[in-house]
Amino acid sequence: MPTKIEVRGLKKSFASDKGPLPVVEEVSFSVNDGEFVAVVGPSGCGKSTLMNMMAGFVQPDAGSVIIDGVPRSKPNSKGILISQQGSVFPWLTVRENLMFGLNGHTSGNRMELADHYADIVGLKGFEESYPHELSGGMLKRTELARALVVKPEILYMDEPFSALDALMSLRMRNELLRILAKERHTTLLITHDVEEAIHLADRIVVLSPRPTRIQAIFDVPIAHPRKVSSRAAQDLRVTILRELGVDRDGEGQCSL
Amino acid sequence: MIRRIKEIVPGVALIAVLIAAWWVAVILTHSLIFPTPWEVVTGTWELLRNGTLWDHIGASLMRVGAGFGLAVCCALPLGLWMGWMSGAYQTLNPLFQILRPISPIAWIPIAILWFGVGDAAPIYLIFISSVFPMIVQTISGVHTIEKRYLRAAENFGVSRLTLFKQVVIPAVLPQALVGMRIGLGVAWLVVVAAEMIALHSGLGYMIMDSRNAGNRYDLVVAGMIIIGLIGLSLDKIMRMLEGVRWVRWRYAH
Repeated sequence: MPTKIEVRGLKKSFASDKGPLPVVEEVSFSVNDGEFVAVVGPSGCGKSTLMNMMAGFVQPDAGSVIIDGVPRSKPNSKGILISQQGSVFPWLTVRENLMFGLNGHTSGNRMELADHYADIVGLKGFEESYPHELSGGMLKRTELARALVVKPEILYMDEPFSALDALMSLRMRNELLRILAKERHTTLLITHDVEEAIHLADRIVVLSPRPTRIQAIFDVPIAHPRKVSSRAAQDLRVTILRELGVDRDGEGQCSL
Repeated sequence: MIRRIKEIVPGVALIAVLIAAWWVAVILTHSLIFPTPWEVVTGTWELLRNGTLWDHIGASLMRVGAGFGLAVCCALPLGLWMGWMSGAYQTLNPLFQILRPISPIAWIPIAILWFGVGDAAPIYLIFISSVFPMIVQTISGVHTIEKRYLRAAENFGVSRLTLFKQVVIPAVLPQALVGMRIGLGVAWLVVVAAEMIALHSGLGYMIMDSRNAGNRYDLVVAGMIIIGLIGLSLDKIMRMLEGVRWVRWRYAH
């Protein structure tokens, strides 16, 4: 598979009272076309900053992000960012939200596309609803559909499901896998939930505490549909948790 | 329904008690000038019957409509512009901050100098007093748009027109509406004051004229109560606008 994203020597520090605070220290890795890469790391380690640099919202102090061989400088609709807090416009209906990014289509066409994607994420019948009439899970679906409808080459997901309850989060993961099986987007997922990463990703990048660098990269050689409770998945989880400095871990769910 | 009545009762009761106290006070003091509540009612009836009341109300509302309408037309675009372009904000804001606290009453001599004693002077006074609160609210509406929404718009690479039509304006509208409520309240306050000078119609004129032409304090008080009731209705209408679909998202939850 050809390389889709190449991250080369990214560095970023932020100004603080005590002088510059290094957040991302020299991160390099690459993502293949159509690959799903999860990035896990302790909270506050600079995961989001890394993602924002990759999506073009934050300029790095050094290094570059190369997409399809071209250095990226600004965000564009080829790579859509889905953040934890969500950014579905509360003043637009679901349909209007989905139509928002569709430039260069006729209006009938835009509506058709919007409704098609509303259907894909399971929001059929809610096209006319306003976000305040929807549940948290449905809002996430709207956000996902709004991203998918512009057919982005890359999906950047920054803890997209962490504000949902455990059950809804699991549901959304399966939903995401179902959609990605149909439309293969290159996907980057930032998460603090190792299980979520194992459930979804082809590869997992483990980051160190701040200032962050890559500590390890794991392949996830488990075929879909995955069972997180399987032996292989659990072994991988223990290995990754150990890498993150959590040595002893009990039974059942454990997230950082 | 019963709960609704229960909510209204204390307020109505207080007003009833005050009216009773007023009545008693007038009788006990044997005041020759100050009217009893009943005299206010008969005075109002007299004004209604000879039709002058409607003319005065109409004149006042027309002036408010013109001055406030003009102010809305200036304040919303100006507020959006100043909120969005920091250069415009830095240039205009100091001037506006100085003009804003000047009481409309202080403007009266200049308004008369510039516009004479016709309708234009009070309309100008209403304009100048209601335009600033609306500008301020609209600016703050732009400044408080959450970054995540602007970011999403940037991410989808939409045109400037779409950005304004679908993100900035809808996001600002609820706050602009708050400004309009304040602005209309101020406009109604100012019109009465403006009509007390050099005009021959309007509720403000009616009050002054009732006193000057024979100490008709029953009509003075009637005028005051009518002003209060109309002001209340105007605010109620503005509040109803909070229910329209473009701003409802802000109040839902």
